[in-house]
Amino acid sequence: MNATTRLHPPVRPEIEFDVTAPAELGDVAKPLSLPERLAENAAVRRGLILVGVALVWELYARWLNSPLSFPTFLDTLEALQEGIMSGVIPARLSVTLQTLVVGYFIGLVIAAVLTTVAVTTRIGTDLLSTFTAMFNPLPAIALLPLALLWFGLGRPSLVFVIIHSVLWAVALNMHSGFLSVSETLRMAGRTFGLKGLRFVFGILIPAAFPAILAGLKIGWAFAWRTLIAAELVFGVSSGQGGLGWYIFENRNTLNTASVFAGLLTVMAVGLLVEAVIFRIIEAKTVRRWGMQRG
Amino acid sequence: MSQVMERAAVIDATPDVPLVRVEGVTLQYKTPEHLVTATYRVSFDIHKQDRLVLLGPSGCGKSTLLKAIAGFLDPVEGRITLKDKVVEGPGPDRMMVFQEFDQLLPWKTVSANVAYPMLINGVGRDEAMARALDALAKVNLTKFVDAYPHMLSGGMKQRVAIARAMAMKPDVLLMDEPYAALDALTRRKMQEELLQLWDDVGFTLVFVTHSIEEAVVVGSRVVVLSPHPGQVRAELNCHDLDFKQRDSVEFGRLTARISHMLFDGQTIAH
Repeated sequence: MNATTRLHPPVRPEIEFDVTAPAELGDVAKPLSLPERLAENAAVRRGLILVGVALVWELYARWLNSPLSFPTFLDTLEALQEGIMSGVIPARLSVTLQTLVVGYFIGLVIAAVLTTVAVTTRIGTDLLSTFTAMFNPLPAIALLPLALLWFGLGRPSLVFVIIHSVLWAVALNMHSGFLSVSETLRMAGRTFGLKGLRFVFGILIPAAFPAILAGLKIGWAFAWRTLIAAELVFGVSSGQGGLGWYIFENRNTLNTASVFAGLLTVMAVGLLVEAVIFRIIEAKTVRRWGMQRG
Repeated sequence: MSQVMERAAVIDATPDVPLVRVEGVTLQYKTPEHLVTATYRVSFDIHKQDRLVLLGPSGCGKSTLLKAIAGFLDPVEGRITLKDKVVEGPGPDRMMVFQEFDQLLPWKTVSANVAYPMLINGVGRDEAMARALDALAKVNLTKFVDAYPHMLSGGMKQRVAIARAMAMKPDVLLMDEPYAALDALTRRKMQEELLQLWDDVGFTLVFVTHSIEEAVVVGSRVVVLSPHPGQVRAELNCHDLDFKQRDSVEFGRLTARISHMLFDGQTIAH
């Protein structure tokens, strides 16, 4: 029986092979051709989509042949160029941005104060949770009639509405960010001797920065949309109109190409802030610190 | 407690007055369902340049005890004093190194992390940076002073945390299972480095661990705590035992004795 016992797995003979030298195999790493490389580039692909949209737009508008309801792409570009050259669009944009910056920063400060109170006291937590639950679902624009009643036709009303749109989104994110700061980091901060506000600024805010940044982005998006909408509704504040007003005004004069130009500007600014400014902030902070991938 | 001290401490110039006194300390903390007693009437002294190890099984309250010395928790009974002053709240005179790697501030570079506690406590910028670089050199991290914590390995992060605590020149250095999350080889290297560092600087260390071997290697004196709630089972000397004696008879005898104290008459759960 011993003689017939076989090993499992069976013992197989050893083998050695001659390996072909890499040089004889031709190109091991071959550079991609130019079209292949371009196809790998997201910016190029997205740019092509934009070109496609512009092309379809132009063709459709020409076929429709009704500049009053749907101007061609080229007409819109022309109106945009004219608006920029004449200084009207930059002026309107600067009015809008000024209002926005004022409202945005006041909103941030209130959010920071509210959240700081919320993380340091229990009543503050309850206050913040209740307020955000109440006001977060309320579209800021719905407060505009009330704001007009309280603050009159003018910038204060707009600022009020922007504060409302920024405040709750930012406070909510900031607060959940603070809550998610690890116990170890908190204890480390306290052994350094940090207390109160120094603790908030030294540990909580930077540690919660990914969440805060997300809040800032959401807040920006809300504020920007709300402001344009608010300007469309009542437009002129103290004799100066913003971008929303520019759109409204041109619609009234049936200058549809300029309406489109105004809309393009709104998109461009929104994109610039969201895709460029916030991206840069992210790259310099949370991604550099390894707190967010990307 | 009634250990006869046949081996007097060999460290020179050890003052007779303890630096830290833990006197009859009972600690309790609340969970949503229970009021848990973590330690019951624990007493021991820590002298200058001690490497005191708190050793015990899971749930003996050793980490809670360390947090109480750090000031995160007030005793419900008894008191903890540092230089004859009752400990009130955490502070930079008792720097702590935690088990978790996320104790470093991810938004600061390695050197900024080490310098930060000093800057908070009024050390000038230049001096803080010089002391930070010096401390980082002592833990062999000079090459990484400008790196961010997320670029470092677990062992390196713990070294930064140790450098950060040491640069502050605290009265006591508290370490809460600092090497528990490291792999065995790194852990051993870190223990050796810590002892080397102690030879160089001579700080006072309180070190929490659940590893008997680590306790004997790292410590000069071991406080053995009984399980839940923690009470002092013994205070043992091991200042003459480190890596070189790991295979010696005394080393084996001491670890056997401690393991007997901890697990006497019971099966080893967790």
